Amino acid sequence: MSLLKIKNLSLAIHGVPILKDISMEVEPGRVLGVIGESGSGKSITAFSVMQLLPNGAESSGNIALVGQDILSLSEVELCGIRGREVGMVFQEPMTALNPLKTIGAQVAETILIHENVSRADAKRRAAEALRRAELPQDQFPLSRYPHELSGGQRQRVVIAMAIALRPKLLIADEPTTALDVTTQAQILLLLKRLVVEDGMGLMLISHDLAVVADLADDLVIMREGEVVESGPSDALFRNMQHPYSRALLKASGHVPERVGQTQDAALLRVSKVVREYVSHSHGLWGATSHFRAVSDVSFEIRRGESLGLVGESGCGKSTLTRAILGLEDVQGGEILFDGQPVFTHHHANKDVRRRMQVVFQDPYGSFNPRWKVSKLITEPYHLLEDPPRGVEQDAAIAEALESVGLNSDDQHKYIHEFSGGQRQRIAIARALIIKPDLIILDEAVSALDVSVRAQVLDLLADLSDRFGLTYLFISHDLSVVRSITERVLVMKAGEIVEEGPTGDVFDRPKHQYTKQLVAAAPALPADVQVA
Amino acid sequence: MNLLLQSRTLIPGAILTVIFAGAAIVSMFWVPYDTTVLDIANKIKSPSFAHPFGTDQFGRDILSMIMVGARTSIAVALVAVGIGMVAGVPLGLAAAARKGGLLDEFIMRMNDLVFAFPSLLIAVMITAVFGASALNAIIAIGIFNIPVFARLTRGAALSLWSRDYIMAARVAGKGSARISLEHILPNVSNLLIVQGTIQFSLGILAEAGLSYVGLGAQPPLASWGRMLADSQTMISFAPHLALFPGLAILLTVLGLNLLGDGLRDIFDPKLRRART
Amino acid sequence: MLRYFFKRLLSLALSLLAASVVIFLALEVVPGDPAAYMLGLNAQEDTLNALREQLGLNGTILERYLSWAGGLLTGDFGISYTYRTPVADMIGDRLWVSLPLALYALTLSTLIAFPAGIWAASRRGSYVDAGVMGVTQLGVAIPNFWFAMLMVLVFAINLRWFSAGGFAGWDEGFWASIKSLTLPAIALALPQASILTRVMRSSLLDTLGEDFIRTARAKGLSKGQAMWRHALRNALIPVLTIMGLQFSFLLAGAIIIENVFYLPGLGRLVFQAISARDLIVVESVVMLLVFAVIMVNFSVDLAYALVDPRLRGRR
Repeated sequence: MSLLKIKNLSLAIHGVPILKDISMEVEPGRVLGVIGESGSGKSITAFSVMQLLPNGAESSGNIALVGQDILSLSEVELCGIRGREVGMVFQEPMTALNPLKTIGAQVAETILIHENVSRADAKRRAAEALRRAELPQDQFPLSRYPHELSGGQRQRVVIAMAIALRPKLLIADEPTTALDVTTQAQILLLLKRLVVEDGMGLMLISHDLAVVADLADDLVIMREGEVVESGPSDALFRNMQHPYSRALLKASGHVPERVGQTQDAALLRVSKVVREYVSHSHGLWGATSHFRAVSDVSFEIRRGESLGLVGESGCGKSTLTRAILGLEDVQGGEILFDGQPVFTHHHANKDVRRRMQVVFQDPYGSFNPRWKVSKLITEPYHLLEDPPRGVEQDAAIAEALESVGLNSDDQHKYIHEFSGGQRQRIAIARALIIKPDLIILDEAVSALDVSVRAQVLDLLADLSDRFGLTYLFISHDLSVVRSITERVLVMKAGEIVEEGPTGDVFDRPKHQYTKQLVAAAPALPADVQVA
Repeated sequence: MNLLLQSRTLIPGAILTVIFAGAAIVSMFWVPYDTTVLDIANKIKSPSFAHPFGTDQFGRDILSMIMVGARTSIAVALVAVGIGMVAGVPLGLAAAARKGGLLDEFIMRMNDLVFAFPSLLIAVMITAVFGASALNAIIAIGIFNIPVFARLTRGAALSLWSRDYIMAARVAGKGSARISLEHILPNVSNLLIVQGTIQFSLGILAEAGLSYVGLGAQPPLASWGRMLADSQTMISFAPHLALFPGLAILLTVLGLNLLGDGLRDIFDPKLRRART
Repeated sequence: MLRYFFKRLLSLALSLLAASVVIFLALEVVPGDPAAYMLGLNAQEDTLNALREQLGLNGTILERYLSWAGGLLTGDFGISYTYRTPVADMIGDRLWVSLPLALYALTLSTLIAFPAGIWAASRRGSYVDAGVMGVTQLGVAIPNFWFAMLMVLVFAINLRWFSAGGFAGWDEGFWASIKSLTLPAIALALPQASILTRVMRSSLLDTLGEDFIRTARAKGLSKGQAMWRHALRNALIPVLTIMGLQFSFLLAGAIIIENVFYLPGLGRLVFQAISARDLIVVESVVMLLVFAVIMVNFSVDLAYALVDPRLRGRR
């Protein structure tokens, strides 16, 4: 008998259909991967099992947990199941814990709420659960508060809460999306171990095929509230039937075609750059401590090259970006763009600045919501002494929009009328409009769904060929960096630890940290045929 | 128009506000009876056809007094909100643009200091020094409004400063003053309008309180607060003297608050969902 | 924790210093010589000088400030220009009316607002919620001194349950005094309770939408359990801020309400002093109230640290 059997489940919220007739099963001791892009309904499916749904949700069909029909249970009965029979882990570990309670109290609460045990007993078992989630008591005592832990550690606390009573089913909703690659690998390993140890069923929800591929025994692929394909993962990866699944798989491993015409001349030369922050950590008069965000970094980008910069959060990528853009001065070393310093006399060098542009990660926060597209993409004109006006400007706007695959009429719209992928195109148009030499792509495709990401990567490759653009491609995602860059820098704790042709670095990493990164990066099975 | 109907409070709030603003405007050109002329023969009359709200102890028409009083209240509160916005908003923008800097620290400490003086205490001090007048009420309420707007603006601006579009503007070579004007101010203006209506209503309450204790508008200027103060000794035999000015304050403030809530509903669809 | 405490303490001292300078300077600019005012037109120059010396009016502005501020620290507020009695004594008597009144009102406001806010939030969108929100909408809009007058009309003049004004005095017994403070406290508390109810409700609703509430529900807590165990304490943080701010409104508002009920509190003292141009009394009362406001905000800051472990710092 299946542990969890969802049959013909349909769900509507305030009359808007969200799930359409979906079915899936989780077996004990096995991992079911549920994959879909945003809006596919994968998270709502998970919350349906918990019956933690938003107001106005109405479902029909059947959700059976060990033969018990979840949909027919009362709220009180559901409370008895949540946490005891089914545990759940969420996407955002930073906000998933109550900031005012100790981790011990929060884990022990799971036990106290379901079992009639003493407080001391519950604490002892909470410590045991934390240990199983690899947070040993000598380093992470029960008295810790969430703000004293990192994101990965907090996710372990959430896992400890979910498994404290050894539930039969664990639901993990994008459990590693907010985490760094190496942490992600550790958390996935932990989940795998718990499944094996407890004989638990795991429903692992993700937008990322590669994350699930390693772990899942069975797969379900969802799109717009429907299951498009399902089956044992080995077989499914080898023989995908549905065009959507195939497109998804193809997009996941997409490599844009690029001619590439790297010249020998260096466009940007960064030498021995140091950027320190002073923090008054001990009060106004106490000792100040210096934090070196970027330490003695040197590299160069050649004209027409696409250079990757990989590293995890807090490694100094963003600080380095700001220094290159001339937004902040550096304490040591120099940054030369085509031979000229980017920062002179406490000001950014305007001659240089107008030859660099940047595209940011968040397609939703990158635009002033009150401006029309025409005004948004012409903002960099502020850098020019004599920007084009009137007809000339209209032509430039039209050209920029058309070169990123949008319509010139789109300039009269506001940003909220566009999807995430379109917004990223507009961000690229904004960068292109003053015809820069270098574009810094700061996690520019990280927030996009895989299929949209593949399109934007193609666009970037095409643009660099057409306009001879040079890219500095900053990302935490190794597979994306691999697909679009020729050379790569690996950054850790403010330093560049390895540098070389992208393929060489990723296939034969030399530095210990690069080896870790490459090993941790989720990958599709090697023998999968992308048709 | 559809959007306007989505808020249940906007329309009633707007209607009440328009009625009292209208009464204030009409009073500049016409009132039923001249409020500066005493008519002792007709003193303390209950509401009648000739005097819908009755007359006071000097025989003045209460309706006319309320219309003129609306002018005083609205003028005082409006100018006080103006002072708060004109001084507070630039301070808030500047503090946010230099977050953590000395300017920010200075502005925020000054704010804290002013917050320690409720507007009534400022009025007490001003009155003790310069004597009581409507102008002093304006200044007292206005000073108290400055930190309200400075804080609101700073808080909202800070969250905007971390957005990528501000970064994009910096990459486009724009300085912090220009960014504050072009990007920050337009995006906090909704919030300022909502807070403005709320401070406006608080200003009307404060003016009434100050005039009631004799720190605000002085006779012969008609004011709702003074009318209530004058009516107090007669409340046992002429309660209508106290009823109508009090209702006028209540309904005006209610109208402005409802309008403010309604505007917030319309400006911020996310908040609306959270509130219903 | 200790560092946080000292940081707040430093900021408290600076605020008090700044406030005292502002108040001192404000009343420095008043034209006229209090000594001449007290002694009348025919006073001799040497008597004037002696009185000036006694009042601490001689010397540079800095000396006068220091002697005034030094006096404040030792509880010496100076001598009333009108009554020739120590200001500290005058204030002391009145404080025993104003302070209990403000505390009474704060207690009422809290006792009303917490349950009402929690009730409305837990029945969000229901008639209960709509009713609470409607009543608070009125409570926020009503001028409290007018509401006080209406209560006098109904409960004192018509029903004769309470007296229309005046204060029994603590000598007359605790309950008699409490009774004479009841109508004033209700009038003071009504608008504050309305505001606090709304803040409590919206803060609680915000917190109920947080991720960690969902985590708690996934553990098997019911909606009510999640609210009581996880949401309430988190929701309290903004509520504390508003309560701190409200205390200053209560103290200041008491000045007006005391007038409605002819209570012999600080408010009446201030108005008598203003009309008698007894500026040192005005100065002292304002300083005292500002001191109270700053102290309350300091306590609120400390209360934050008790509620929120993040402020206590890492161990």
